[in-house]
Amino acid sequence: MKKATIQLETLTCPTCMLKIEGAVKALDGIDKESLNVSFNSSKVKVNFDDEKVSIKDIENAIDKVGYEVKKTQVKEL
Amino acid sequence: MQKFILGKKNNIAFISGALIIIAFTSHYAFHNINIAIWSLVIASILGVTPIAIQAYQALKVKVVSIDVLVTIAVTGAFLIQNFEESAIVTFLFLFGAYLEQRTLNKTRSAIKELIEMAPESALKQTENGEFEEVEVDEVDVGDILLVKTGAKVPVDGTVLTGEGHINEASITGESVPVGKKKGSQVYAGTILENGTIQIVADRVGEDTTFGKIIELVEEAQDSKSETERFIDRFSKYYTPAVLVIAFIVWLLSRDFELAITILVLGCPGALVIGVPISNVAGIGNGARHGVLLKGSEVIHDFSKVDTIVFDKTGTLTIGNPKVADKEIYAENVDEVFAYLASVENESDHPLARAIVEYIGDTKLYTVEKTDVVKGGGIVAHIDGHRVAVGNVALLEQENIPLNEKARADIARFEANGNSLVLTAVDGELKVLMGIRDQIRPGVKEDLQKLKKLGVKNLILLSGDNQGTVDLVANELGLTEAHGHMLPEDKSAYIEELQAKGQIVAFVGDGVNDSPSLALAQIGIAMGGGTDVAIETSDIVLMNSDFSRLPHALGLTKATALNMRQNIVIAVGVVIILLASLIFSEWMNMSIGMLAHELSILVVILNGMRLLGYKLKY
Repeated sequence: MKKATIQLETLTCPTCMLKIEGAVKALDGIDKESLNVSFNSSKVKVNFDDEKVSIKDIENAIDKVGYEVKKTQVKEL
Repeated sequence: MQKFILGKKNNIAFISGALIIIAFTSHYAFHNINIAIWSLVIASILGVTPIAIQAYQALKVKVVSIDVLVTIAVTGAFLIQNFEESAIVTFLFLFGAYLEQRTLNKTRSAIKELIEMAPESALKQTENGEFEEVEVDEVDVGDILLVKTGAKVPVDGTVLTGEGHINEASITGESVPVGKKKGSQVYAGTILENGTIQIVADRVGEDTTFGKIIELVEEAQDSKSETERFIDRFSKYYTPAVLVIAFIVWLLSRDFELAITILVLGCPGALVIGVPISNVAGIGNGARHGVLLKGSEVIHDFSKVDTIVFDKTGTLTIGNPKVADKEIYAENVDEVFAYLASVENESDHPLARAIVEYIGDTKLYTVEKTDVVKGGGIVAHIDGHRVAVGNVALLEQENIPLNEKARADIARFEANGNSLVLTAVDGELKVLMGIRDQIRPGVKEDLQKLKKLGVKNLILLSGDNQGTVDLVANELGLTEAHGHMLPEDKSAYIEELQAKGQIVAFVGDGVNDSPSLALAQIGIAMGGGTDVAIETSDIVLMNSDFSRLPHALGLTKATALNMRQNIVIAVGVVIILLASLIFSEWMNMSIGMLAHELSILVVILNGMRLLGYKLKY
């Protein structure tokens, strides 16, 4: 398992969070419990199984619903 | 392509705004209906494109967002050829989003400033001994780093060589430069004002004190209270519900226009954004003023506090006992002082340290046959003399006579709240010293402010003796003060207060009193930036600065009020809109959208007021 902290462009509408949550949750290998999209700091924190899903996949999923990924940090758990 | 259009959202808003103006001028000034209609058609299509894209993206991940409601409503208006409505609604929606973005950035600025203080690069020693610039993420524990004048310390570490002065404002909130030399601790995010130092990295990245503060503040601004979680759950089902209701209305009334109007009026608008906005602005204000508030639940609780309990005398006093009064009954003062210092030098009792500090540099003798009398003091032999240092009980035990003057002095010193240290040499009293802690400057005024802010009880629970505690309590005007309290007595006392229905805040240093900190509804740590204090408490007063407490209380009260105002505004607007749809003739989509966007701006602006909050008295 790895832990990703993804900094997004500034989020401005709270429904954005629902969209991002939905997009990330739809991926395989995501620890749904750990997923946390924070509105004010515009960050996504999530644990994922790097054998099933790559950090690139997660970034792409967020990008696809229309939010730019600024910076990503991945840590071993 | 989708991205390109979304990126140009703001430009689209302005173009469709311009088109709407053209449409209205040509219609009313030049009576040219054709140009008017075409302008509105173009404005509608242009305006709905980015909204429709967002709606599509949301639906793809099974979310019914506001964009979905607006897209359906606008498309509907367009189909029944109400171009005026479709153009104005899309314009307002886009323009509103633009203004929200601008104002939101402003609201978040306080916390952003804090995050921007994070160091970005470091000069790291390579294998050949030279320093090269690397990103701060590449620094590992144990690396040797060079910090030059004017640079930020990149990590928490220990000084290896060099000297300098460091501004630690980012950690302590105090901008007085602190001198650092070999062996001193330095903290990430602080600035070296002069000198050059080499440090070894002890903690890096998120583990540094600064990293923890940032993480704490970031989590705090997004932490949610019960009410907010309710609103969140509510809005998850709210938007789909509006869609369903509009559909039912259409089926029943066969009034298409009414149905699409409901879609727009039903947008949750200010409801979802109102509370988070107050929260982020309040926490941002605190961060600027050395008060770390851990989230909106804390704000809510502390704003209603009845009783503040202080954990020990040291919170209200400087916590550093000093020799305050002395009487000397001997001629050979220097010699007696030298004996006294020699005895006390071997002890680490706070009173002993105060005496050593007071006497300063002196000749030190070899102390022999030291005998520690429990609860009394020390008896020892120095240079052939029998020296007794301790309290009155010790002297009585040693059968040392106290004359009338000495007894009067002892009574006077005790009345002043001193702890007494008597020194006798060869069975004769030589020196009487009174040692006491000083009350922190300004504490009295701060406590007054807390009372004015509505705190009913100020209570001191201390391990000190009742006399000292009473003295502090009288001087400061505390409601109650209890001495001889062990940590478990304190938590039992807090439980008792809570059983009486009081909301209790406990102010402590977070190390010994963690049960009480955890038990009280609000645990307030006087943190000198230590990890334990930051982690165990709900509110952290940076740099142990007591004077931040009234600001913290005033701020949480203002923030809680602000949240309530925003909820009232948000709910009020939705109710008024729906009521006027039923009871009035003039309600339509454009007015509804205008009201929604205005209410969102109003709650954001209202929240922004908190950024400038200052305690009035």
